[in-house]
Amino acid sequence: MRASRGFWGATAVVATAALLLTACGGGGSKEDKGSGAADANAAVSVYGTEPENTLIPANTNELGGSKALKPVFSALIGYKSDTAEPYNLMAESITTTDSKVFDIKIKKGWKFHDGTEVKAKNFVDAWNYSANGKNGMQNASFFEQIQGYDEISVKEPAVKEMSGLKVVGDHEFQVTLKGPFSVFATKIGYLAFAPLPDKFFADPEAFAKAPIGNGPLKFVSRTPNQNMKLTRYDEYQGEDKVKFKDLEVRIYTSQETAYQDLLSNRLDFMEALPPAAKAGGKYKTDLGERLVEGNLLGISALAIPYYVPGYNNLDLRKAISLAIDREQIVKTVMNDTYSPADGYVSRGIEGYRPGVCEFCKFDPVKAKEFWAKSGYTGKLTIASNADGGRKEPLVAACNSIKNALGVECDFVPATDFGQWRSIVNGRQLTGMGRSDWSADYPSIENYLNPRYKSTGSSNDSTYNSPAVDALLQQADQTADKAAAIKLYQQAEDLIAKDLPQIPVWEEKGVGGKSNRLKVAKLDFGRLADYSSIEVAAK
Amino acid sequence: MSQYILRRLLQLIPVFFGTTFLIYALVWAVPGDPFAGKCGQVACPPAYVEMMTAKFNLDDSIFVQYFKYLGNLFTGDWGETFNGVSVGELIGNAYPVTVRLALIAVAIEAIIGLSAGILTGLRGKGFLDNLVLMSTTFLISVPVFVTAIVLQIILGSELGIIDASVSEDATVGELIVPGIALGSLSMAYIARLTRTSIAENRHADYVRTAVAKGQPRSRVVGVHLLRNSVIPVLTFIGTDIGALMGGAIVTEGVFNINGIGGLIFRGIQNREGATVTGVVVLLVMVYLLVSLTVDLLYAVLDPRIRYD
Repeated sequence: MRASRGFWGATAVVATAALLLTACGGGGSKEDKGSGAADANAAVSVYGTEPENTLIPANTNELGGSKALKPVFSALIGYKSDTAEPYNLMAESITTTDSKVFDIKIKKGWKFHDGTEVKAKNFVDAWNYSANGKNGMQNASFFEQIQGYDEISVKEPAVKEMSGLKVVGDHEFQVTLKGPFSVFATKIGYLAFAPLPDKFFADPEAFAKAPIGNGPLKFVSRTPNQNMKLTRYDEYQGEDKVKFKDLEVRIYTSQETAYQDLLSNRLDFMEALPPAAKAGGKYKTDLGERLVEGNLLGISALAIPYYVPGYNNLDLRKAISLAIDREQIVKTVMNDTYSPADGYVSRGIEGYRPGVCEFCKFDPVKAKEFWAKSGYTGKLTIASNADGGRKEPLVAACNSIKNALGVECDFVPATDFGQWRSIVNGRQLTGMGRSDWSADYPSIENYLNPRYKSTGSSNDSTYNSPAVDALLQQADQTADKAAAIKLYQQAEDLIAKDLPQIPVWEEKGVGGKSNRLKVAKLDFGRLADYSSIEVAAK
Repeated sequence: MSQYILRRLLQLIPVFFGTTFLIYALVWAVPGDPFAGKCGQVACPPAYVEMMTAKFNLDDSIFVQYFKYLGNLFTGDWGETFNGVSVGELIGNAYPVTVRLALIAVAIEAIIGLSAGILTGLRGKGFLDNLVLMSTTFLISVPVFVTAIVLQIILGSELGIIDASVSEDATVGELIVPGIALGSLSMAYIARLTRTSIAENRHADYVRTAVAKGQPRSRVVGVHLLRNSVIPVLTFIGTDIGALMGGAIVTEGVFNINGIGGLIFRGIQNREGATVTGVVVLLVMVYLLVSLTVDLLYAVLDPRIRYD
């Protein structure tokens, strides 16, 4: 009996071990290092999240959907990944004399993935559909400068077309704006301005399930919550061709898991790293030369709402700004994934000047002086959604303020981004609030108009300065680019004096690639620059 | 017996309405605007908000909304998510994976848990008993997400035996380690439950009688002792199947398995009422049916238990 019981115990152990061992599926990382050429027939996988909206260009504005849609559609202009400088992609030429009427010629011979030619009317139809209030597209407001937008964007529009859009020929169309807007030619590289094939208009819903575009990659299939598969469109004519064959946008529930896959080379690209990897700068040793650093166009700031009692006080705002030790927070709390901000525009944007915000330095002595002058009593608060690593740097900022000014400062959490934005949009802040901005297109204009114009769509601090409004409007209407930038800069100078928002830091954009990839860059919008990706030949 | 089954099936109806309404109300009646953060830092265009509000009947009172939802549900329409994917399709994709994972977890916990329980229960105090006691205590005290992440990092990243995430096919081989993580807690409970039950019944009259009649030991243990001792364990496994079908949120998240757990998780995160309600309706059904099956199995195992 004893012996047989021993046998039982042994079987249990063996069974467990066997269970564990059978789990060894196809693991094992391959350590192939690219010796020379790129493998043009390779498949690449990138980290993805489930798209938040239907897969229609004008309805996609978040990362999850953009990852799959951006390479499927090519807009009139593209942006260089290193410099964010715009260049003509589908456009043959964009000409204007007054920044009000734009004459756009498109390149001939470009085709949608279903074989039909891309014509001028595909742009015009797409823009009209997207701006039409009846269709409820999220990005409808991108078309707001076009003449006739106000009539078409209402819920039950009487018109079907914007009066400012006119097809001139198969490969030429004309856009008339409500008023001069010098940045329009830079703006139309945004995904919402992509052309749509005739098939779209027959059945938009079916189209959203299998989008047909004119970009370097074509849509193959999608399994919700699992992946989106794309493949190279071989007849593509643009200069942003891809150098691999298949792309899988693999959807993950957690960044941590994706990161594990990245480390073991099962996933090829991640454009962001999980907080656990950033902690203590662990990612630097984890990734080594597989680290991908970008130059994101975005800026983090603290909005100081004018409607909060006591906050409409310039000395107070100066004191707070001078009390934040940006350098140290960026280094110790954010582990070098951000850099300190010193103005209202990102580095790398045409028109950026260092040190525009003179109060964005750490100077506790001066901070104390302004604090005394402000006469403010009571405690300060910084509110934000606390998820996604938003909390830690703001707590650090609070501590910095606390130490420098000797005032109480609390971090006030909101549960998620949705709740957070409803507080901000509802003007219900009771103190400072996080106010981050990612540029939609690389232009100084996109940093100022939405945030500091009194009617701006993202004017979180309810800043209202007639002088700034006038300068911004004048800049919008200036056809000459260099002159327009000068005017935007003047507006920025005025903003820096009023300090409606306190710029704190800019995200660098830190991602990683597998060792299969020889090259992979991050573009300014935090997406993989697909055209840069090269897979090492085996 | 058939009357009992009928009664149990009729009970499904109020439970169905009660749970679905509660869930629906909890998901959709949360304060706050579901479209507040949808368009990034900028507020959504009014036309978009109006269209979505109309699509999801958000202007109606919660009762009207609920009955509209139910109406669709009875015609086989599970509704749509914000990104235009049919919830029926999502569930259809996710369910087979979750069933597979749950069955693997149950198999692992039943096989290992039961054998450990029987061995220690029969043998009484000793080295093996202490070992099982210690290891189960350890497993019970460690949260599932820790087990899962430790297994993932050690077996996956460090040793390279498994992949850190489960592929799109989610084959049985790939699901074994997640199954172990998922089943570890219940495995420990089953071992303890079986051990106690066996140890208790070992000295029962009917066992003594069976031994006295000269039955071989294997028959005494296998038929007489086990049959009675396994009833509480069966109850536990039954409810556990229900829980595993729905509750693998953490494990599915860690190993990136596209199952029901992940679906609920994302649904709650994105306030997708249709997804959450749909999945919960299904889970309620599974729960009720599994517990019915368990109740019926009692009668088979122990003739003294009858339901009339």
